[in-house]
Parts: sequence; structure tokens; C-alpha cells
Amino acid sequence: MKNRWLLVYAAAYLAFLYLPVLFLPLFSFNASQYIAFPLTGFTTQWYTALFADTAMLQALSNSLKVGVVTAILSTLLGLLAAKAVTQYRLKGTGTALGFIGLPLFIPDVVLGIALLLLLAAIGFPLSLATVVLGHLCLCTPFALAVLIARFEGFDRSLEEASADLGENGWMTFWRVTFPLMLPGITASLLLTFITSFDEFLIAYFLSGTDATLPVFFWSQLRFPARLPVVLALGALILLASVVLVVLAEVVRNRGVAPDKKTIGA
Amino acid sequence: MSFLSVTRVIKRFGDVEAVKAVDLEVPRGAFFALLGPSGCGKTTLLRMIAGFEQPDDGVIAIDGVAMNGVPAHQRPTNMVFQSYAIFPHLNVFNNVAYGLRRDGLGKDALRARVEAMLATVRLEGMGARRADQLSGGQRQRVALARALVKQPKILLLDEPLGALDKRLREQMQVELRALQKSLGITFLLVTHDQEEALSMADHIAVMNGGRILQIASPRDLYERPNCREVADFIGEINFFHASVKEIAGDNVTCNAGLLGIVPVPRRAFGFAIAAGDHVLLALRPERITLSGGTVAGEIAAASFLGERSHYHARIAGRSEPVFVASSGPAPKGPVMLGWNPADVIALPFVE
Amino acid sequence: MGKSLISGFSGGVQVAKAEDGNDAGYLLLSPTLAVMALTLAAPLALLFLYSLTRTTGPVLEGGATLAQYAEVLGREGYRALFWRSLGISAVVTLATVALAYPMAYFVAFHAGRRKFLWLIALTIPFWTSYLLRVFAWKIILGYGGVINSALISMGLISAPLEFLLYNPFSVVVTLTHAWAAFAILPIYVSLEKIDRSLLEAATDLGDGPLRRFLRITLPLSMPGVIGAALLVFVPTTGDYVTPTLVGGPQGAMIANIISVQFDRVGNWPLGAALALASMAVVGVLAMLFVAAARAAAKAAR
Repeated sequence: MKNRWLLVYAAAYLAFLYLPVLFLPLFSFNASQYIAFPLTGFTTQWYTALFADTAMLQALSNSLKVGVVTAILSTLLGLLAAKAVTQYRLKGTGTALGFIGLPLFIPDVVLGIALLLLLAAIGFPLSLATVVLGHLCLCTPFALAVLIARFEGFDRSLEEASADLGENGWMTFWRVTFPLMLPGITASLLLTFITSFDEFLIAYFLSGTDATLPVFFWSQLRFPARLPVVLALGALILLASVVLVVLAEVVRNRGVAPDKKTIGA
Repeated sequence: MSFLSVTRVIKRFGDVEAVKAVDLEVPRGAFFALLGPSGCGKTTLLRMIAGFEQPDDGVIAIDGVAMNGVPAHQRPTNMVFQSYAIFPHLNVFNNVAYGLRRDGLGKDALRARVEAMLATVRLEGMGARRADQLSGGQRQRVALARALVKQPKILLLDEPLGALDKRLREQMQVELRALQKSLGITFLLVTHDQEEALSMADHIAVMNGGRILQIASPRDLYERPNCREVADFIGEINFFHASVKEIAGDNVTCNAGLLGIVPVPRRAFGFAIAAGDHVLLALRPERITLSGGTVAGEIAAASFLGERSHYHARIAGRSEPVFVASSGPAPKGPVMLGWNPADVIALPFVE
Repeated sequence: MGKSLISGFSGGVQVAKAEDGNDAGYLLLSPTLAVMALTLAAPLALLFLYSLTRTTGPVLEGGATLAQYAEVLGREGYRALFWRSLGISAVVTLATVALAYPMAYFVAFHAGRRKFLWLIALTIPFWTSYLLRVFAWKIILGYGGVINSALISMGLISAPLEFLLYNPFSVVVTLTHAWAAFAILPIYVSLEKIDRSLLEAATDLGDGPLRRFLRITLPLSMPGVIGAALLVFVPTTGDYVTPTLVGGPQGAMIANIISVQFDRVGNWPLGAALALASMAVVGVLAMLFVAAARAAAKAAR
């Protein structure tokens, strides 16, 4: 009896989560310019308009650039720190980790404004590079969290076994450490990329004339005529994110027993 | 010259001396065990021989060549790790072949060698299995094969059987011993399990507190321990305080309090004695009889274990029971404990 | 330095004394710490300095003063905004956690072999643009939006409902939706960790399903619930996008007035003081909450 009600609740909850999100693709195919019921007809005109919209495509390209650079840099920083903290006995590890993890507890608005202040004080011009700086601050803790979890589960004796069997430091890293870290590194790259790609507020404060995609969306929200095209791009990004995430999770859990599968890294 | 020689090796971690001026000689082709409780320094010593730690002082030499400064990956040793350290991203074949990849073997020669080794450890046909599909016993064999396929001069084993259940452990003990004999490779085993050491090794070094207490064959360790710690560590034993009463040629008479006046052969004392010295006399449980003896006692507890039974006998004036192991029928009523003077173990008494 | 960075990275299996090993560790940690110092510590320090001045431009001038903080704490308008923000976040936290709990319970106890699928399904919506999700709510709740136009075209109402948008209500609904996953996962994890044999023991000792839930499951899942509450409460107090898009003047929150100081008004010291004051208040509240939760757990023992 309880199961039945719980199942109904679960389905309803899932619907609550998905419906708002699904309205985006829904209205991106709607013929009317106004986002309201009733639906007036099916069209792909907004999608074709999308590919002609150079400003939006430029913003998309900016976001991709910032996202990729942020992902790589923050994963690298996270990798170095995770290795340092889990495999060496260092003093002050707790404090260092607490410090690096701070951005997770500080509102984005404060992070963005504080960095803006610093850049203004030293007269550094705003650009996509400053956005990367802000995103690095935000994403490195995520990368660190993912990679520390991965390192802690790493059997140190595997590296020793490799050395015992004749491989020097570099080859041990290549043949043992790196392949085993790869799922964690991939998860970190994915997480930081998506975080940076979707991030609005810090980018809003720290970008100069080049807008990232969320900042571009923001500027378009005032114009009702532009909305369906925005929704079209949003729907495409939604699709791409879903495909990426599902792929990543499936790859990560390949070969793991069904009851041992986990979410995230 | 011995095959592995450890000379006055010291290892410190911060203020603590984990290994204190240890000397060790291991002959070629022997099955040697380092036995001791946790924290006694045996694993540290093993890791120094493997090259994962460097001694702070002293020399380790293998087949005449000093190993100081030689990194782990260049040493002629291979190790079976306590956790087995099977590479999870490689299958069985590639795990075993791992150390051979840079040895310049042709593809066919490599395959032949790996498959021969898999057959030797009774894993033939399992080459394609993935690491996470192996049972504990199988992982152990893979670790063994991987180390042995490189034909090391010395095979190091770090508590290799601890994670296996009892039956598997006993089976592996027999197999390891047979394997060592047939391959002729020098094995150096580290363990805290005295049964394991006694059943597999030709020579055992008992360690405690960073020092080696005694090096001997299993039988000699059991029947002629040189100190209380070794006697206590190996098997069950009963200790009795005594003082030397009289030394007359081949016989020594001791006043053993509750046990009365005890004759002990002179050769049982591996150390210098004089009349009046405080010594420890010890008897193994299976060397004490329950009838026909001189010390009166009562059975306080008994456990039937199949082929023999273990008894706790209480004697007057001693709070600890005396452990007796006997295979006869259970005695009724009071008992008279006795023993053969030749079975008495004599140990120095140290405060 | 590069060489020891690499050798420190490649596993430390090189021959090295214990002290060398640790040096490599510090070396590995330094780039990350340096970047974080530059992007986090320095800016926050500067923010703090700003909050103590009265300057109008980028250059700090004038003496140190607590005037900004006095303004922040003294002005009725700011105080009211603080309370409203905290109130909205509190309601959001309550709603999010309460709604998430049964969902997490379902996945932990009744999803069987499909747990993995359910978890993916629950997190997919959150891999999409937050901005667009908030915008989606705007078009749902709006005057000419989805709910209204649907209800009108179905004939249930004759004029659009006005209360749906541009007030605290819409902010709460939107935030509850946006933070759902952050609440589900910690609760799920702590439910998953509960040793099933404890529940069997409770049943064996006479507890029916409800009692068992109240006496065993709920208390043991409390760490997850508290984690979820903190995970939702702390960030939502500082949210900017949602109040701006769907809150209207009535639904404005702290982040709005902070950014206004920097965007339009140009009173950076005041903005800095507002930012740090709000962080401090939220931080203190969070710690009080955790302390209270711990005390309650102790008392319940």
C-alpha cells in the first residue's frame, strides 16, 4: 500500500522536475512568437534563425572557450592538490582544504563582486580571461572534491608494484596512475566544464565586451521577439548536456555490478 | 657467502627507530621467514630489501652486490604485496606480463612465458579474466605469478595469506612450499602468524621491537627458544620461576617453588648460570602428563578438540592455570602432573 | 623545480628520504593555493577593506570607519530585506527538503535494481542552464504565461491570475525547483547507508512500519537531512538570478541590493559591507543550526 503511494509521489515529483524544463523545447517548436498556450503550430524556423544569429553563435563560442580552458586548468589544479593532500603527510591539510573549498559556501554575487573590485583596483581590463579567472575560483573546489575522492580510493601499493616490476617513475605514472585516474579526471573535466558553461553571475560581472552565452541570454530576455530563438538554443544545449551526462555515467559505471553503481564521481 | 646479507641496518622514522641494527644472512634457495607481532619492524625490513625505503645506516647486499641507493625498480627482487596490488585496469594476462614488457622479449616468447607461469600457479586459461572478476585466492596466485615470471633472485612476500580463509590458507601454505622447492628461488616471507612460518619456512627470524631475537629452524625455535619472548610467541607454553640450586656436571638442580626440586639437563641452558641465579623454566603443554607425576592439581576447564584435548589444570599457589594438551581419555578427579626432565626448556630471567 | 614537481607527481616511489617526500607534497599544493589566494583571498580581503571606508572610486582613500556597517544594520530597509531573504531561504529549504525526502526514500528503499536509473533521471534536469530553468518558471507563472493561458483556454478562469509572479511566492517556487537535486542526493546517501538489519531488528522487536520509520530510519538519516538543509539554505540566500527574473520588487533579495550598489549606485563600500554582513549573518545562522541539530540529536538519545 505504502509502495503504491510512494510510486505515485515519485512520478509526480519527477514530473515537477521535468515539466518546466520540457517547456523550453516545446515552445521552441511553436509557431507563435509568444510563449503562451494555446500552441499555434509546429515550426523549425527558430532553429534556422539560430544558425544565422552571429551574435548568439559568437557568445556560444565564447562560452565553449571559457568552459574548456576553465575545465582543463581547474582539473589540473585539483589534480595537483588532491595528490599532494592524499599521498603526502602535510601539516595544515585541513586548513588548506577548508580554504580551497570556501567558494562553495560563498554566494556567487560576492565572489564576482570581490574579484571585480580587485581587477578594478589594479586596473586590469575585463575580458574572457577575467571570466576564466572567476570561474577557476568557483570550479577548482569541485575538481578537488571529485579528485580527492578518487585518490583516496587509490591503492598506493599499485604504484609500488609497478616499480617493483621494473618501471621507473614516469612509466609507472603512464601505465598505472594515469589510466586509473582517467575516470576521475574525465568526471572532473565534465563537471567543471558544465559549471563554467552554465555560470551566469560571475561572468556577468567579469566579462568585458565579449559575452558568454548565459550573459547573452540575459541580455535577450528583455526582447520578447528574440525569445523563441533563445529557447531553441536552450533546447539544443539541454539535449547536448543530457547526452553528455548519460554517456559519462554509463562509461564510468561500465563493468560495475548493478547494485554498486554510483552517481557522480 | 650468503645470498642476501643485511648488515647492521638501522631505520628511523622521526624519533622512532623501527629497525635497530639488524643483522641477517639468508642462504641461496632457502625459504626464510621474518616472524613477529605487528609493529616489530619486519615489514620495514622487507621494504628496505625491496627498495621502497632506504636504510639510515648499514648495508643490504644481494648476491654480493650492495643495494644502497639502488631504486626499487632496478633491484633483482620482486614482491607479492599484502593487498596483492593487482592492476584493476588490466586483465590477468596483462597483469602477469606487466614486468616483462620492457625486457625486450618477442611477442611469442612473452606469451609462452606468461602462460607457463599461469599454469604453474594453476590459473591456466584465465588470462582473459578481468581483475574484478577474481576471487581472493585467484588474486593471490596472479600476484605470485606476476612476481615470479620475472625470475627474481629473491621473492619477497608481505603477509600473503592473511586475507584468505583457513582452508585456503592451509592449502596455499602447502603449495607455496612446493613451489619454492621446485623453482629453487629464494623466498623471504614476512608474517605475524607463527603457524604459517613454522609450516613453510626452512629458517625463521623472530623479531620484536625492531630487533631480531633468534634465528633458527622451526623445530629449534620451538624446542630451544633462547628467550622468554620467543618461547611465548611460538605456540603455547607454561612458565615457572626457579632458582638454580646446584650445578653438578651434566645435571642442574633447580628450586622451582610450586613444582618442587626439578632436575634439568645442563645442555638445556644455552646461557651461563651460577648457583642462586633466577631462571625461567618452561614446559610445552603436550610435554606434561596428567598422571604419574609429582605435582598435585585439579582440572578447572577442558576443551575437546578431536584428536587431543586441552586442559587447564590448577595447582596450589599459582593463580594462572597450567596448560596441558593430552590425547588420552578425560581424567576424573584430581591429577598428578608430570614431565620428562629432558623436555624442560630453560630461559634467562630478565626484569 | 619542474623536475621535482614531476617526480613528486609520479608517485613518490623514487628513492627519497621522508623529508624530501614532504617537500614535493608542499610543492604540488602550491600552484592551487596560489591561484585560490589570487582569486579568492585577495579579492575578499580587498572587499573587507572597502567595507571599512567611504571612498567613491576604485582607489581606497579616507580613513577606516565602520559607517557602512552602521548603515547596513541601522537602516530599516536593509534590515527588512535581510529578514525577507532569510525568510525566503528558510521556506525554500523547508519545502525542498520536505519534498525531497520521500523521493530519496523511494529511491533508497523501493527502486531496487533501477536505483542508478532513477538517480540519473533525477539529476538530468540540473545539468541544464540555471538561467533557462528560471526563465522557464517565468513563462509558466507569468500573466500571459503557461498556467494562465492554459487555465483560460480550458475555461477555468476568465482573467489571468496575478499572484503567481513577481512576489516571494514565485521566488520560493522557482528556488525549490532549482535546488531539488542538491537536497535529494545527501538525503539519499544517508538513507542508503542505513544498515538494513537494523530495520529488521526493529520489526523483530515489534515495531510496525510507521514506528520503525520514526524511531530508526528518520533519526539515522538526520545527518543527510541536515547536510541537505545547509546545502540549500546557504546558497539560496545569495541567489541573484531568481529574484531578479521572477521576484519583482516585492521578491527582491540581498543579492539584488548588493549588485545595485555596484551596478548603478556606485557606492562600492556600502555594497561591500552588505556583502560581508550578509555572509556573516548566514554563516552564523548555519553554525547555530548545526549546533542546534547536534544538541537535539544528543537529547533524543
